[in-house]
Amino acid sequence: MSMYHTTAQLRHNWPVVLLATLLAAGLAAPLASGAATSGFFLEVLLGGLMAGVLYSLVALGFVLIYKASGVFNFAQGAMVLFAALAAARLAEHMPLALAATLALLLMIAFAWLVERIVLRPLVNQSAVALLMATLGISTFLEGFGQALWGSAIYSINLGLSKEPMILGAQLFEGGILVSRDDLVATSVVGALVLVLGLFFQKTATGRALRAVADDHLAAQSIGIPLNRIWVIVWSVAGFVALVAGLVWGSKLGVQFSLSEVALKGLPVAILGGLTSVPGAIIGGLIIGVGEKFAEVFLGQALARWFHLQGGGIENWFAYVLVLAFLLVRPEGLFGERHIDRV
Amino acid sequence: MLYRENGQFKTSYRADQQLLPITQDRWLMIALIALSFLVVPFVASDYAFRALIVPFLILTIAAIGLNILVGYCGQISLGSAGFMGVGAYVAYNLTVRVPQLNFLVVLLLSGGSAALVGIAFGIPSLRIKGLYLAVATLAAQFFLDWAFSRIPWFTVDSPSGSVSTNLIELFGWSVERPVDKYLLVLGLLCALTLAAKNLTRSHIGRAWMATRDMDVAAEIIGVRPVVAKLSAFAVSSFYAGIAGALWGFVHLGAWEPAAFSVILSLNLLFMIIIGGLGSMIGSFFGAAFFVLLPLLLNRVPGMLGIDLSTTMKSQLEAMIFGGLIVLFLAIEPRGLARLWAIGKEKLRIWPFPH
Repeated sequence: MSMYHTTAQLRHNWPVVLLATLLAAGLAAPLASGAATSGFFLEVLLGGLMAGVLYSLVALGFVLIYKASGVFNFAQGAMVLFAALAAARLAEHMPLALAATLALLLMIAFAWLVERIVLRPLVNQSAVALLMATLGISTFLEGFGQALWGSAIYSINLGLSKEPMILGAQLFEGGILVSRDDLVATSVVGALVLVLGLFFQKTATGRALRAVADDHLAAQSIGIPLNRIWVIVWSVAGFVALVAGLVWGSKLGVQFSLSEVALKGLPVAILGGLTSVPGAIIGGLIIGVGEKFAEVFLGQALARWFHLQGGGIENWFAYVLVLAFLLVRPEGLFGERHIDRV
Repeated sequence: MLYRENGQFKTSYRADQQLLPITQDRWLMIALIALSFLVVPFVASDYAFRALIVPFLILTIAAIGLNILVGYCGQISLGSAGFMGVGAYVAYNLTVRVPQLNFLVVLLLSGGSAALVGIAFGIPSLRIKGLYLAVATLAAQFFLDWAFSRIPWFTVDSPSGSVSTNLIELFGWSVERPVDKYLLVLGLLCALTLAAKNLTRSHIGRAWMATRDMDVAAEIIGVRPVVAKLSAFAVSSFYAGIAGALWGFVHLGAWEPAAFSVILSLNLLFMIIIGGLGSMIGSFFGAAFFVLLPLLLNRVPGMLGIDLSTTMKSQLEAMIFGGLIVLFLAIEPRGLARLWAIGKEKLRIWPFPH
């Protein structure tokens, strides 16, 4: 009996097993082939994990909104940009904490407007129509944000030293470089996930959010106000966007490309399963590490074999990985299984 | 009063099924075609051809292609610029490697190769739809972007990654002046529009629309989803490929890989949303709107005495586009084409109330 059980599970989970095997092989290959020293290897690995943490942060925004309203929010990247721009420009006149609070208030106002102007008239429309509407929101917000706050590159100073730390100098030659703000980013994301988890599991609002995510109609019929839930969840997504914008902005500078880097969050959310918060985190780490390894090791190999002009496969690696995974397992790693299949 | 079909009786099936069943519509169309072939070439300035009319016509071809996929078959695509790129680079390679080839053959081949690539990336649509398909087509877009800039074969080993085209020769007619380019593109657009319009009226077009409206029901009444979806991807990419080749050869002349980026894909999607999903004339409206809006933003604030910087204009453009998309989706999901239809409906009884 238990034997049968494991085979059945294996039959269902083989894409996950395959993915894990491929990732492990991809990780082991550079070391085994001698393309990298262990110090360099660890540096790439850590860099990938850090990038992955940031991807998770954006993917978290996608997941929150998708869970509660079934909307695939293409505007999450634009929200990151807008929140970061607002915080950066306001911080020129006041302390950063105050500026961030004001930016959060702006994001809440934005959530309210989205509910009023976009979600309410479009209720019961097809998912594709809603997706296109969020594309519209995204374009509008990018234009509006830059018209309001300016379109140059602004900096956010979180008060961290930019000095990288050298870890494990006694273990490897030269040690490995780790930048301090990456560590802060990681702990911030960890804390955020913890807080969101508590919020979803322990508070009444969180329970209402999960009810809405399960079944709109049933939730409404027991008296959960859908419209207010939407405002709340878009506000939470705005808060996540603000955190992502602050962390990312302090690393790269606040500029238009923030909104495009956020496109990376899309495959992450899908790989993790659109409805799963832990999925977003693990998906982010997988894609962050996979992408860095693909870029550093596979990209070079490809360029050598096919005489390409440089690697640059970072731009599509995540998407193609996710596309291949989607074909065999549309619900992603941890998503719920009732996904629209044809 | 003028626009009334009173007394126009249809006495044969042919008459009932013709493209423009109302006599006034037929005359209007004939007048429009005559105007654009016979009058416009002598009236419009070179600037108007280069900056407005030719881009409008080419974008219309691309928008018709995307509309077939999104508007008629209901499969969302965020990768249409990638397929345009396939057309452009195939055309470039053909003209460089096989210079004796006729440009029309080049166009057909570039459309055909774009169609093949479209089918390849359309295969996921057999298993996933909606949001997931958006990601699949984005994957196509990013992968193609990368391929054009990194694989030297596409640019015939151009070191900078940018390519520039030769003069187009067609049966001894060298397409050099803006007027020549206009006539070439206009002729192609007319042929392609007619073909697309008839395709959407045929059994294959009905299969697309059935798939769009409800895929399960379509399958039950005998529409094969594999054929319907992949043919929509193929036809759509064929149009995109031709539009891409024209965009590169006729409009740009020389281009970098960034010319066919995801921004163009999104803009094409915006065009058909604003113009009207699932409507031929909507593709024309959308492309016209997209070309005219920057011009209006250039002129109107100046007339009102407001001085806007260039960046402000582009941001304003993004805001207007984004706002209009949300507005149209919420208030009039069938876009400008629906407004046009309502206007025609009103005109039937004007100026009498009934």
